[in-house]
Amino acid sequence: MKRKHSKSGLWFIFPSFVHLSIFVLFPIVFALFLSLHRWDVLKPDKPWVGLANYVVLFHDPLFWNAMGNSLYYVAFSVPLGMIVALGVALLVQQNTRGMQALRAIYYLPAVSSTVAISMVWTFIYLPDHGMIDWMLRSMGMHQWAHTDWLEDPFWAMPALIFMSIWTGLGPRMILYLAGLTGIPNALYEAAEIDGAGYWATFRHITLPLLLPTTFFILVTSSIGALQIFTPIYMMTKGGPMWKTDVVGYHIYTEAWRQFHMGMASAQSYVLFLVILVITVIQFKMVSKGLEEYSLQ
Amino acid sequence: MKQHKPNRFYWIISIFKLLMVLVIALFTFAPFLWMLIASLHPSHGSPPTPSHLMPKVWHWDNYRTVLTMDSVPFVRFFLNSLLVTFFVVICQLLLCSLAGYGFARLSFPGRDWLFVLFLASMMIPGQVTVIPLFLLVRSFGWLNTYWALIVPGISSAFGIFLMRQFFMTLPKDLDDAARIDGCNDLAIYWRVSMPLARPALATLGIFAFISTWTDFFWPLLATTTTNMRTLEVGLSLFKDSFGNTNWPLQMAASVLVLLPVIIIFLLAQRYLIQGIALTGLKG
Repeated sequence: MKRKHSKSGLWFIFPSFVHLSIFVLFPIVFALFLSLHRWDVLKPDKPWVGLANYVVLFHDPLFWNAMGNSLYYVAFSVPLGMIVALGVALLVQQNTRGMQALRAIYYLPAVSSTVAISMVWTFIYLPDHGMIDWMLRSMGMHQWAHTDWLEDPFWAMPALIFMSIWTGLGPRMILYLAGLTGIPNALYEAAEIDGAGYWATFRHITLPLLLPTTFFILVTSSIGALQIFTPIYMMTKGGPMWKTDVVGYHIYTEAWRQFHMGMASAQSYVLFLVILVITVIQFKMVSKGLEEYSLQ
Repeated sequence: MKQHKPNRFYWIISIFKLLMVLVIALFTFAPFLWMLIASLHPSHGSPPTPSHLMPKVWHWDNYRTVLTMDSVPFVRFFLNSLLVTFFVVICQLLLCSLAGYGFARLSFPGRDWLFVLFLASMMIPGQVTVIPLFLLVRSFGWLNTYWALIVPGISSAFGIFLMRQFFMTLPKDLDDAARIDGCNDLAIYWRVSMPLARPALATLGIFAFISTWTDFFWPLLATTTTNMRTLEVGLSLFKDSFGNTNWPLQMAASVLVLLPVIIIFLLAQRYLIQGIALTGLKG
């Protein structure tokens, strides 16, 4: 921008900057400070302990169990959610009125209250009375039809993942639709002239050209999924047997059930680090994919 | 994706596609439908089950029961949510459009550096900031007040980003014309750019509305007294107060909580989708 500098621009930013400083930047620094103390809300004495919190959590099996649960959740809910969303986007990409109405329906779960959603899914997962068990019974799968999905140590996490595919469908589908409209039609016409079939066209044109969209959804969904809290709080409370105790929920219990604010802050910083590492890995993977594609 | 030539598979594929989208729509909508139907089942006796889908008598009185319970003042929760969301949305529209305009249209030292700072703040997980935020708000004496529920939300990096992206698309000539007519930056922002920004403001408004109205984590921590709970937290209290058993009343409460957001969404979904296209982000 070649206009002369004007100081008045700073005044436009000023209110938001003050807000950011007090409610985001200061807390980030303060969290680091907290993580170096034994900061118990109920005790007046809050001694400096250096890296002790980090050392303790490094040897804490429950914390690593929570981290493992979070990674399990992310590893399934994000890729499965993305595959379903891409499939749905391909099905509804015609811009007719009917398709627009369907898109609105698919989006509905994403704008709904997570608490209400969690309540209705708890209801759906009820043993015997629930909708899932009823469907299994009507399909004749009686050996499964009495499962208490959220109380079963094996099934609780898959049940949460299944629900997350449902809630995440709308936003991911809209992003894929935006990506699909960005692909020039000429490429498809060229492919058709070359006699490429549906699958070859999808494999060699659609998928590679959607890579930036895929990357964006992958990164934002993973960051979101690593912090999941409300469904766990409402549906399983981390149980059964800590099988759904994900990091987002674990930090909450550490801070607001045990009142260990210092330890919880240390855990939140480790979570931040894990998110950072995963994002960087995803970045590397995608830039490699983009290189391969441009070499073709 | 690909224009199919009409061949003998064409109709089969089209019908298959149509069936697929309808099945997925049913899958998406079924939980909402089941919520509504279950909320009309009698609130005593065994929980509603899909094998007896429709209630013999439709118990609309469940809704009256929910709205008039003493232990969970639903109307109060609703008013709390309304007040908090109203102020958050108004403040975000003002502060985010100001900052977005500053970043998009004005030039000042450190601008790009500051913008990156705002963007980077979106990457910080909520779990990192929420504990210090809680201690901070507590030290202000704001716990169980509207201040705690409103002030941390009055500006957002996402909103600033969205408004900036929009202001970047407005032609510069308008600014220059107004400047020649003697308008200063603030007047150009308010009289020229803001009226043109109505679609973007609508988008930001609906994002802010939905994220504030459905926020759970922060109101859960910032309030402890029943009277200060928002609708979302209040709904979670419902579950506890019924000992996890009275499904028709739980579902009736859920329907009441969902209704306002769903109505707003259906009225304004155009703006929501525009916003996603503008920023490549979801809220």
